Amino acid sequence: MTTAPNSTPATPSAGDSQWPLWEVFTQEAPGAAHQHAGSVHAVDAEQALQNARDVYARRREAISIWVVPSITICASTPEDVGPFFDPANDKAYRHPQFYKTPRGVRVF
Amino acid sequence: MTQTATPSAADTARESAFEAVIADGGYIEPKDWMPDRYRKQLVRMMSQHAHSEIVGMLPEGNWLTRAPSLRRKMTLLAKVQDEAGHGLYIYCGAETLGVDRHELVDQLHAGTAKYSSIFNYPTLSWADIGMIGWLVDGAAIVNQTMLAKASYGPYARAMIRICKEENFHKRQGYEICATLAGGTPAQRAMAQESLNRWWWPSLMMFGPSDKDSPNSAELMKWGVKRKSNDELRQRFVNLTIPQGQALGLTFPDPDLRYDEATDNWEFGEIDWDEFWSVVKGHGPCNEERLEARRAAHDNGAWVRAAAEAYAAKQRAARAAVAASPRETRRRS
Ligand SMILES: [Fe+2]
Ligand SMILES: [Fe+2]
Repeated sequence: MTTAPNSTPATPSAGDSQWPLWEVFTQEAPGAAHQHAGSVHAVDAEQALQNARDVYARRREAISIWVVPSITICASTPEDVGPFFDPANDKAYRHPQFYKTPRGVRVF
Repeated sequence: MTQTATPSAADTARESAFEAVIADGGYIEPKDWMPDRYRKQLVRMMSQHAHSEIVGMLPEGNWLTRAPSLRRKMTLLAKVQDEAGHGLYIYCGAETLGVDRHELVDQLHAGTAKYSSIFNYPTLSWADIGMIGWLVDGAAIVNQTMLAKASYGPYARAMIRICKEENFHKRQGYEICATLAGGTPAQRAMAQESLNRWWWPSLMMFGPSDKDSPNSAELMKWGVKRKSNDELRQRFVNLTIPQGQALGLTFPDPDLRYDEATDNWEFGEIDWDEFWSVVKGHGPCNEERLEARRAAHDNGAWVRAAAEAYAAKQRAARAAVAASPRETRRRS
């Protein structure tokens, strides 16, 4: 059902590699969720954070940054989109409109 | 997941699903099926765009140490740093198409990849820094605002990020132009001379005329581009002429005139021979730019080696801690 991303990190060769790829997630303000911003190449997590700060947060676009090695991310595939998410569609009872209320009562 | 159809029928189904998304003005994401040609065109276009951002730092970098005030130096530094960021956003987007950044960078260094021909012109005076911000970033805004609606999701998202930053670039350039245009006769002349040199190359930034742009038609068909080169060029001219007039500068085009019927500023014939010659590598600074990029890459080799060595050392230290007995670990 899930597959690893196709992008594999470049093999580190002494002095001239582009280093592994890290996905960058930034939180724009307190209370907001972290959102995918893009990616950076970095030799390790510490450098990935610094690069992410320089590339994706030059104007206070972030108050918090996560970096995740790209190869560790698992994602659903577009082909599976139908069957994978299908069960959500036929369960109308998950929505408030499914339920009847006595006439004249104002509910929320 | 069940595949009962023959491969060719499945291909047709995927292709029509792709076409339907495009026709609907939707977005294609990295893992979606896409025609090979779409992928190739995007890699070509996005890498050219990323290279342009990176090479574009060079003409402006030329004036960093000679900026006339601390304020100008700070803003120019920040602007040039943004351009590095733009390059990285777009390389990162291109990598979602299954290429590695180092392949693209290698192509740039080998001279087999293209970048915007505007950056093969020299920055001879301080006024050129103003003109680049006003005209070159101004043209880039027109182009990138359109690309923010490109059908490839990662490209569109990179463009949205870039567009947010470009207005600062244009305004810092226009402020330089306005200051010079309102200054001493010598400063005014410097601004005018600079505009004379940058005007036509800025118009060439939009690429060949529609009738001579085979890629353009295909990119428009796929919704990568939503407007043609000529449409964008006209839009840029219409926006820019009043800005130049407000500064009392004149444009080096005797055919320039406002057409009331179309609401357009009509402009003269672009020197396409010059355009193609610069594209093919015979501009004033093609060699110099590539040489500077290669040197920057080679001179940075020791930094990359040091970072790698440091990371290896850190990894080894962590491994040693992990392997040590529990008691030692607790104390450390
Ligand atoms: Fe840029
Ligand atoms: Fe810019």
